[in-house]
Amino acid sequence: MLAMNYRGPYRVRAEHKPDPVIEHPGDAIVRVTRACICGSDLHLYHGLVPDTRVGHTFGHEFIGVVEEVGSGVQKLKVGDKVLVPFNVFCGSCFYCQHELFGNCHNTNAQATAVGGIYGYSHTAGGYDGGQAEYVRVPMADVGPMVIPEDIHDDDALMMTDCLPTGYQAAEMGDIKEGDTVVVFGAGPVGIFAAKSAWLMGAGRVIVVDHVEYRLEFVQRYAQCEVVNFKEVGDMALHIKKMTDWMGADVCIDAVGCEAAGNTMQTITGVYTMMQAGAATVLHWCINSVRKGGNVSIVGVYGPTFNAVPIGNALNKGLTLRMNQASVRRHLPRLIEHIRAGRIDPKAIITHRVPLEEVADAYHIFSSKLDNCIKTVLIPPRANEVRAVKASVNGSNGAGAH
Amino acid sequence: METRNPDIKDVVTGNDHHDGQHAPGEHDGQGHVAHVHGAIAPRRPTREQLQHIQGWGADLDRKNRPGVPMERTPPRFINAPDGDPSPQPQSTEVLVSTERPGRTPLFGSAQPPSGLSGMIRRSAFKRSENDVRHWLLLLLADRVNVVEGIGEDLARGHIPNVLGEMGIKAELKHNPAGLAKKALIAGAVIGAAVYLMKRRGHDDDDHYHHLRQRHERYR
Repeated sequence: MLAMNYRGPYRVRAEHKPDPVIEHPGDAIVRVTRACICGSDLHLYHGLVPDTRVGHTFGHEFIGVVEEVGSGVQKLKVGDKVLVPFNVFCGSCFYCQHELFGNCHNTNAQATAVGGIYGYSHTAGGYDGGQAEYVRVPMADVGPMVIPEDIHDDDALMMTDCLPTGYQAAEMGDIKEGDTVVVFGAGPVGIFAAKSAWLMGAGRVIVVDHVEYRLEFVQRYAQCEVVNFKEVGDMALHIKKMTDWMGADVCIDAVGCEAAGNTMQTITGVYTMMQAGAATVLHWCINSVRKGGNVSIVGVYGPTFNAVPIGNALNKGLTLRMNQASVRRHLPRLIEHIRAGRIDPKAIITHRVPLEEVADAYHIFSSKLDNCIKTVLIPPRANEVRAVKASVNGSNGAGAH
Repeated sequence: METRNPDIKDVVTGNDHHDGQHAPGEHDGQGHVAHVHGAIAPRRPTREQLQHIQGWGADLDRKNRPGVPMERTPPRFINAPDGDPSPQPQSTEVLVSTERPGRTPLFGSAQPPSGLSGMIRRSAFKRSENDVRHWLLLLLADRVNVVEGIGEDLARGHIPNVLGEMGIKAELKHNPAGLAKKALIAGAVIGAAVYLMKRRGHDDDDHYHHLRQRHERYR
């Protein structure tokens, strides 16, 4: 099959590799019909995530059609069109039993610091991802969701990660009616966090970034205020001025370890890797939020350490909340929002690129060329109607689609 | 201030700070500050003022927020299986965190450790995740693995198109000026390096010639 293939920092290509196979009775093989490049894929692409092996296929945002199921799969059927949450999770461990599907303890042998994630290095479990024609999906009865007929494929695709992550970012901010919410980062997650902040009753939503076209987009899409941090001096001071010297009630980090805005942070966090990424936005969040306020972090950082002003967080009595999104539990409510017309996830898609051109797609997204916000990769067999492979137990392979 | 979207700004703050006057509490850049009238407190817009926001308040009630409370058991929304999954048969080498009692029932089998990078990774996995050397060794292994990858390409007769893998086609199409700038910088750096190397060779020749002359003079 054709798949994205990581060759080193800033180097990827489309290359043929063996098809995935059923490795566990609970597995399914999904033919990918659409896959996204996520902002967090760029941390892998830039070589910042430890244990990112050459030959790895990225991709944790994808939808597709079930091609084959293992002998233990009871619910999912061959031919089902599914969206696959980015979390690989078992549904039975202590964390899954508490709906913390992003913290599953049964799917990542190589680290306790993170759950299993498709195509996100061996630190996140060593699963090849969905920027490919086919992908192995463990625990097929638990993770994937059959896409409702009235939900557009592109909307379903956005529900695999960036929409629920943005929503959870706002949710972790514990937004109360009338709150001022500052979202750092106008990428897909930041855009959806801003949109979700309104759903939760915010009184004011401010998005901060330095990429003009993204600020223009989010201002229009999420009806929010925007600030270009390159046009202001001190970011925290600017937020204080904007909020009658109080600070924001809630600050959301939707950027993570590759934040621009502070040269020293960039040198120590990105260029020399003396810390696990630039902690610029963590500083901004802690110093911009009001006393007793909430900081919500969904931006991704590496596993080593970051220098953050934790003393300020203590003295201000802040609540810091953070996690990988527990995608599955957010899907029903997000579908209601889409059906009600409150949110239009597919509107953020700007680029559709054949999988064969994955190197160019990564470069466009990484370098923010051509006003890129969200890139969708289309595998060559995305629209193919194929004869269904025989399932492992033969019982689920009947209905060809 | 550089904030945009005056409609919302006016609703909330009631001023736009563009009149050249310092707002209450605002510094004048010389250490002086205007007097603040009244108590400082967050201002909140009314519901009427937010009516134009699409979907506003749909999840104001926490009952509508699926992640509140953060932990909820038994889990909703999934077909929860009975008990842990059966162990996945192991067909490739899988490194296991020392902070676990053993391999997890499910694991990824892609790209098993191999070569020198694999040796470094195995060494890394002798240390806990709490030990920063674990992660630094893995980063080192990643860099070694990149060189191994080029070696593997060459070994099978494939010369990697490094510029193509870095998306030069897209750069040429969408950012030709940037590409030209990068090419100029790279050319200047290479040119300077070549010049310095040649100059050094020339200096070495001069030095040798000088020594030889001095040697012949005193012979």
